[in-house]
Amino acid sequence: MSEPMITLTGIDKFYGDFQALYDVNAIIEAGEFFSLLGPSGCGKTTLLRTIAGFEDVSKGDVLIDGNNMAGVPANKRPTNMVFQSYAIFPHLTVAENVAYGLKARGLSKADIGPQVDAALEQVGLTGFGDRASHALSGGQRQRVALARALVMKPKVLLLDEPLSALDKKLREQMQSELRALQREVGITFVLVTHDQEEALTMSDRIAVMFDGRIAQLDDPQTLYRRPVNRQVADFIGIMNFLDVDVKEGTGHSFELNIAGLGQVEIPSEQAPGGRGSVVGIRPEMLTVLTDGQSSEREATGEIKEQSYFGDMTYYDIKLDGVDTVVDISMRNSAGMPQLDVGDTVRVGWSSESVVLLK
Amino acid sequence: MKRAPLIYTALIALFMLFLYAPAILLPVFAFNSSATIAFPLKEFSTEWFVMLWQTETLHGAARNSLMIAVTTAVLSTLLGILAARASARYSWPGQRPMMGFIMLPMVLPEIIVGVSLLVVILQLGFDLSLWSIVLGHVLMCTPFCIAILSSAFMNMDQSLEEASFDLGETRFRTFWKVTVPLVMPGIISSLLISFTISLDEFIIAFFLAGTEPTLPVYIWGQLRFPQRLPSLMALGTILLVLSLVLLGIAEYFRRKGAARTGQTDAGGLI
Repeated sequence: MSEPMITLTGIDKFYGDFQALYDVNAIIEAGEFFSLLGPSGCGKTTLLRTIAGFEDVSKGDVLIDGNNMAGVPANKRPTNMVFQSYAIFPHLTVAENVAYGLKARGLSKADIGPQVDAALEQVGLTGFGDRASHALSGGQRQRVALARALVMKPKVLLLDEPLSALDKKLREQMQSELRALQREVGITFVLVTHDQEEALTMSDRIAVMFDGRIAQLDDPQTLYRRPVNRQVADFIGIMNFLDVDVKEGTGHSFELNIAGLGQVEIPSEQAPGGRGSVVGIRPEMLTVLTDGQSSEREATGEIKEQSYFGDMTYYDIKLDGVDTVVDISMRNSAGMPQLDVGDTVRVGWSSESVVLLK
Repeated sequence: MKRAPLIYTALIALFMLFLYAPAILLPVFAFNSSATIAFPLKEFSTEWFVMLWQTETLHGAARNSLMIAVTTAVLSTLLGILAARASARYSWPGQRPMMGFIMLPMVLPEIIVGVSLLVVILQLGFDLSLWSIVLGHVLMCTPFCIAILSSAFMNMDQSLEEASFDLGETRFRTFWKVTVPLVMPGIISSLLISFTISLDEFIIAFFLAGTEPTLPVYIWGQLRFPQRLPSLMALGTILLVLSLVLLGIAEYFRRKGAARTGQTDAGGLI
């Protein structure tokens, strides 16, 4: 494996008495699309700003491409940032904005022109160079901010919630464009977001942060299927939580007695946080079984509520023998019988879809 | 929109009359050929303006006032930039009381400032000169400059400076290439307003003027001679027009700045 692009080692950050980051460790590979995901105030933006050089670390090291960044100010780091507000210089045109960093580098006009044009083309703003920047739409400002950073050919592009100001449709379009752009330029992207869907769809790997700590660092699939604790499981997607009796197994497995679902033995990979106290199962991993259908494992329950969404139906089902109500989401298909609130149904699940959580 | 009751309109009209009638009388009598300030008016005349032009001592006073006003405007705006930028960007222990003391001269009676400065300057053994007036005026004007410039700095997105720094510029060049252009409308209104305040300030100038009077002090001195009154009316007219023009320019730049950074127009002078 090649050298990592960013190495964060034991980073603490204090603001007076308040500790914003606790012993943050992470390795970000070259060419990776890496996301910092968490609720507001979890320290993700602070961490991004320590990589950019806007904040000093109180303890620990930031290495970029093998070089320790201690004492290196933001204007000397091989990183560029796309700000949440985009920070487009309002007194400059689009082209002047994009040329800003190249000018600071001391490049000649003849060199700058073609690079600016290329950068604008890359973000789909060909011909916008002479526009006044304050007359741009939100999506266009975002593209200018991207072009302005990319034209610098940074080793790392830092993005601070770049899509949060856009409406839903534009945001989804920009997500796929951003991902495609990252593949095209091959630059390491570090994205800060509080939107779990955004992080899952765009990232190679995600660090989930709570209260200044990285709770879990994994690829999207692992993060979704095998969250290490209840907090992560709850933050990413929807998760049903069920009480459980844990009997130690052979060391490679756990024997569980899940309230409402029954006995099951799981391998230790399904307990990524170790011996936990609660079991999680995703709504789409539970199925409402119709007559004649069967499943690896089955339980019974009563429909408390159902909501029809056209392609999907969402059920709230109280499992027999316990007070727990689980969410089940089912893709509607031909031949699904009409079910009513109060019906008793069989619920199918499989042993590999449960995860033991701390 | 509903029409306001007649009584309100009448009250407002009365208030405006009370506020501006004296100022309107200035140009009326300035162009009246009679040597006494009284109705009925005689015929239209520009003789008082001609008389102003021929008064040598007046020219000296006007030159003094202009020099003081320009110096005051530049110095207090420079101080204002430093203070406003610091208070908008950083916080430090004792910031609020410190800013409060800097802003205090805005509400302090000028006579207190004038007398105490006079005592201090004489005790320190300095002679009164145009510089002592500049000192007093800077003290009076700086709070106004800070008030204007603070809103300019506060309204500026801080990440603009960070973006420039992130793109490889030094902090110093960032200040010149990003910060100054964006707060320029504030700087211009600060210059114009402090210039205007200094130009017609009387009390401090009266206490601190040595042998060289400023324009308001000169006017005060001339009031002893009734026959000069109409020419003072002419002088007042010139100052009135000049002040209005300067305030108009200041407000124009303030609005232009607000429009450029995409804010809605909130308050202002005019």
